[in-house]
Amino acid sequence: MPGPDKRCTEDEVVAELSSGMTLGIGGWGSRRKPMSLIRAILRSDLTDLTIVSYGGPDVGLLCRSGKVRKVISGFVSLDSIPLEPHYQAARQNGSIQAAEWDEGMLLLGLQAAAWRVPFLPTRAGLGSDVMKNMPDLRTVTSPYATVLPGQNDGGEFEELLAVPALELDAALVHQNAADVSGNSVWLGEDPFMDDLFVRAAQRSYVSTERILPTTELAGLGDIAHLKISRMDVTGVIEAPHGAHFTECLPDYSRDEAFQKRYAATAKSDEAWDEFRVEFLDIDEAGYQAKVKELQV
Amino acid sequence: MSDVSTPTPSSTAVTRADICAVAIAEAFRGDGERLCNPIGNLPLIGGRLAAATFEPYLALTDGFYTLMDPQSPDEVPPIALPEAERVAQRTVAHWNPYREMFGLLWQGKRHVMMGATQIDQYGNQNIAAIGDWAQPRRQLLGFRGAPGNTINHTTSYWVPNHSPRVFVPAVDVVCGIGYDRAHALGPVASRFHEVRRVVSNLAVFDFEALDAEGVPTMRLRSLHPGVTLEEVLEATGCDVVVPADLGESRAPTEQELAQIHRLDPRSLRLSEVPEP
Repeated sequence: MPGPDKRCTEDEVVAELSSGMTLGIGGWGSRRKPMSLIRAILRSDLTDLTIVSYGGPDVGLLCRSGKVRKVISGFVSLDSIPLEPHYQAARQNGSIQAAEWDEGMLLLGLQAAAWRVPFLPTRAGLGSDVMKNMPDLRTVTSPYATVLPGQNDGGEFEELLAVPALELDAALVHQNAADVSGNSVWLGEDPFMDDLFVRAAQRSYVSTERILPTTELAGLGDIAHLKISRMDVTGVIEAPHGAHFTECLPDYSRDEAFQKRYAATAKSDEAWDEFRVEFLDIDEAGYQAKVKELQV
Repeated sequence: MSDVSTPTPSSTAVTRADICAVAIAEAFRGDGERLCNPIGNLPLIGGRLAAATFEPYLALTDGFYTLMDPQSPDEVPPIALPEAERVAQRTVAHWNPYREMFGLLWQGKRHVMMGATQIDQYGNQNIAAIGDWAQPRRQLLGFRGAPGNTINHTTSYWVPNHSPRVFVPAVDVVCGIGYDRAHALGPVASRFHEVRRVVSNLAVFDFEALDAEGVPTMRLRSLHPGVTLEEVLEATGCDVVVPADLGESRAPTEQELAQIHRLDPRSLRLSEVPEP
């Protein structure tokens, strides 16, 4: 039987969110970010958010717009521009709290939440300043002895970093295609962690380049690309070009010229205000129209 | 020390950047069937040079989501190709999206060469921030994968701008862990840790010396041709052991030089390491 129709708009998603929530954002750096949903949050009065992300301009825009209390990330980067200038500024002026984890730790935190276990153990992070700077991180002692090769001493009970589950109030991800109930298809070469984000969250929203009949999904790639099930999805938003200006392969690559323009807004308050008025204080249709104008 | 030897003379002029490429390649010698994962232009040239010459079974990353098995030395793709060319020239042998990369590196069959904004005598590396991490004077990349890399598999570093601001007595933020941190964790927790080599635009370092407590510490391995010991020591802000039998970093063979030119057709290595 077909699943329920969960189509909605970006603004309807934002209406279901509230200040103080922990939001997970899919994609990676400046790749396949649910930017139309981010832009809707920027237009809202939401604030005090905790953001979990392999961060890109999603994090920078939210920080610059005063939406963020805390960022939990493995990095925040624009890829072709290594440092995200607004995140960098927020860290340097102390306007946000930050938990900067090892990249792999973030995967484990999402996986733990998705599997409903309180933590997952890892060696990644041990001995580094991740432990020193994020003092709420704890270690766990293995109940099983590790015996090194060639030693008959009964072994040692290894201490590992216990990566806490990253339980999300809501997750926002962008997919190349979906049906009305949220079965989704990623294309390109990397699913990133989007399927983990939607499983780790109480409510999950998929924006997508196109909404298609369920019968057409499996033909878009092989079945390994049907990575997100409707059971993990609360709402589906049709958002063509919705990941702009991040890349969304194979539909479109990153808009490098626009990204440069965005990055330059960190130079002064005037530059930011100009960009905000022109591109962010308008609705999504207006934004997409403006972007189209720039490209002719 | 196979990489410190009499160079085979070559017909074309050899640049400092070529010496660096060979020194980087040498860091991967002996790795066999492991993922060679250099990050940055010169590390990529060096890693691919190793694969195209003396270390043919290295697995190579396309820089994104696949591992490549070029079918001959001349099919090892050049660096910095336009996107369509990059995709056309790779022989995909394995799908390796980010989560699989974490799986691979936690298993350990990987040797990464990362950059370092700061590095100290024990090989602790900082790429996260300058100043106090809580509110840094300059926010950099964050920890990225450095903590997980260094405790799980072999790591080397590339420093294109050797100076006392990079080689420091103590790094501001420990991202990649060095031998003192590994030592403090004990032999079980640190059993997969190895910082093998630091290659700079002036010299090559390893950790084949021990400090008073028996902890591996930075040792000068070779000077690049034309660089004096005084020059290196002046540019190095941390302690470094200088061995009695200090050698010179070797020059590329003719075959290697041809590969370097092929792997870097736009000569990007020369903008990273200009001629002195």
